[in-house]
Amino acid sequence: MDFKFTPEEEAFRKEVAAFLNREVPEEYRKKRMTFFDMSARSDWIKVHREMAEKLGAKGWISRHWPKEYGGRDASPFHRLILREELARYHSPGYDSIGAGIVAPALMLKGTEEQKKKHLPGIASGKVMWCETLSEPGHGSDLASIEVFAREEEDCFVVNGQKIWTTNGHFADWNALVTRTDREVVPNYRGITFFLLNMKTPGITVNPIINIAGHHDFNEVFLDDVRIPKENIVGGLNKGFYVVMSLLDYERTADPAYATAEFYIEDLAEYAREKGLLNAVTERRLCQLRAESNVARLFHYRVTWMQSQNMVPNVESAMSKMVNFELLQRVAEFGMELGGQYGLLDENSELAPIYGRIPSCYLRSIAHSLEQGTSEIDKDVIAQRGLGLPRLR
Amino acid sequence: MDFALNEQQEMMQTLARDFLTAEYPDKVLRAMAADEKGYTPELWKKMAEMNLHGLSIPEEYGGVGDFLDLTVVLEEMGRACFIGPFFSNIVLGASAIMESGSDEQKRKYLPEIAEGKSIITLALTEESGKYTPDAIQVKAAQRGGDYAISGKKLFVTDAGTADYIICAARTGKGDKPEEGVSLFIVNMNNPGISCKPLNIISGDKQAEITFDDVKVSGDNILGETGKGWPCVEKILQKANTARCAEMVGLAQQALNISLDYAKERIAFGHPIGAFQSIQHRFADMLIDIEGSRFATYQAAWRINEGLPAAREVAIAKTWTGPACSRVMHSAHQVFGAIGFTEDHILHYYTKKARASEFSFGGIEHHLERLAALY
Repeated sequence: MDFKFTPEEEAFRKEVAAFLNREVPEEYRKKRMTFFDMSARSDWIKVHREMAEKLGAKGWISRHWPKEYGGRDASPFHRLILREELARYHSPGYDSIGAGIVAPALMLKGTEEQKKKHLPGIASGKVMWCETLSEPGHGSDLASIEVFAREEEDCFVVNGQKIWTTNGHFADWNALVTRTDREVVPNYRGITFFLLNMKTPGITVNPIINIAGHHDFNEVFLDDVRIPKENIVGGLNKGFYVVMSLLDYERTADPAYATAEFYIEDLAEYAREKGLLNAVTERRLCQLRAESNVARLFHYRVTWMQSQNMVPNVESAMSKMVNFELLQRVAEFGMELGGQYGLLDENSELAPIYGRIPSCYLRSIAHSLEQGTSEIDKDVIAQRGLGLPRLR
Repeated sequence: MDFALNEQQEMMQTLARDFLTAEYPDKVLRAMAADEKGYTPELWKKMAEMNLHGLSIPEEYGGVGDFLDLTVVLEEMGRACFIGPFFSNIVLGASAIMESGSDEQKRKYLPEIAEGKSIITLALTEESGKYTPDAIQVKAAQRGGDYAISGKKLFVTDAGTADYIICAARTGKGDKPEEGVSLFIVNMNNPGISCKPLNIISGDKQAEITFDDVKVSGDNILGETGKGWPCVEKILQKANTARCAEMVGLAQQALNISLDYAKERIAFGHPIGAFQSIQHRFADMLIDIEGSRFATYQAAWRINEGLPAAREVAIAKTWTGPACSRVMHSAHQVFGAIGFTEDHILHYYTKKARASEFSFGGIEHHLERLAALY
């Protein structure tokens, strides 16, 4: 047992903090933008890319990667520290799909050529990714997807529609999952994982605006999209295994406790200024502080497992659920604290914390849906973690 | 960062688990819950042979291991729903002497405790039931070099079996309530002490102690006169963390036995554990237990390292108490009516979890402490 960071990790945190203190645009810090609602800003994509390239130039995106892929073999706690500091400074710049999910999945399942081709782009912050897994008819039951990739001599040709593609409107590359065998039983053995250049002809991306008014996700139409065979990851019809390992990373990519902790203190500050601190609100604040500390430890445990080359699975499902549901409760508390003021959008001068309250709350409704629903997390925990039987 | 137990902690875990499996089966638990003392001399002696009574006491006084080792063992005791003066003796009594005792006091009491030859506990709470310094109203009046203690203490754990009791009493009045509190080591044979059992739902032994002009020599003060409260704070940190460790073990065992049951019990043609309504309950139980364990060991680790731990202890107790209570309720829901009977073992766990939750302050107290730290 040991709950402290190494001196090297502490030094890295200081270095990152000093850098972000200089580089993060003032507006983002002043308005307390959070990782989950930054896309509310019209300049977000531009700033996100600029910050990503700066982080890439520092070598921080890939710092915890093996040396052979351009990393420094640092512990995954360096990645965690980077994310915590980005949250503290309200900074965009971390591509949680490319750097958070695709890169580790590639290192685990990709060919040498794929790693050489794609990892440097992710590390530089210049190449950003999206993922297309869900379809209009298939979400949690991913093994049932229907979008089909037809094999031709030199490539696969994909037709169909994907949906809920976060960052699909600006991403350079896409982690695409399709059906490649319609007959096989069980159906998950007929799924293939592709790397798709978003400039490939035949791709149409349409925005979907979420209930917070933010443009995060999209629907993606694929019309005779040709993908070279060398872009298959993990082998033909073996894509489901790649997806599973990718989801283990996805469930641990974003440190929601960090977003929660800084937001809790913003809310506490607001409550103090407005004279809203009383026994009841104080109690709820402290309850949330305690809960966020525990959520932090769930996340740290997963990161520690990664540092020991263990593969977290049930642990990441627990961490994701605990963290994201915590953030929902924090957002809910914000609404209760703000009352009628908390309904005002950021354009109102009366809006507390620059309109973060409704923005974070509305965005938070999806926290128990995104990256696997809480229900799927609980299935994973009960069945894989506790060995309870699966009813079919 | 390291979330694993080290070699010694793993060894202690195995040792304690094996020992308790052999020596503390459900039959013994039932007997000890009903027993007046809550332990047998034979069991106490066997524990001494394993050096369990010396846990976290420095080697020079015959002890072994550190506070994290003790935490690991307390979690195992929770799994066995262990009743008996182990907690009072080590976590309260020995800790107070280690924290504030003079060399002479340490040499006198610690080896006896480690060898299992004497039992020592702490008398802190009074009528208010609070764990704040203003709650200490029992008076110790100075008479020459000696003191005379008068007043009533409540919820004193294992007072009926203790040889010594550490009594927090007021020797003076300061500007702040934490000033003027002194800690006295009192021999339970001293004239003027009366002890009335307070039976509580868990079967843990507690008592109301009345001090009627009990004479204690000034040599028996732990630490400086009037400056005992910081020591109480330290003991409270350890006590709350230790209660959390017990609760983690209690909840883990409730999960284990209800999980086995859910895999066997058939309803509608399937084991009930195949139904999502049951599975999701179990997922929540596991999250509650793991979260409790993280928070508990985070606090224990800070105490063990000598780092400030007030915040982490308050977080652990705030989180663990309600979390373990939720686990117990879920276990009852899984077991159905059979778990609601005295014949079944589960109720011992439920009751002990609730007792641990409120011992040394429940969620309200610890949220208040937390609020003061932000």
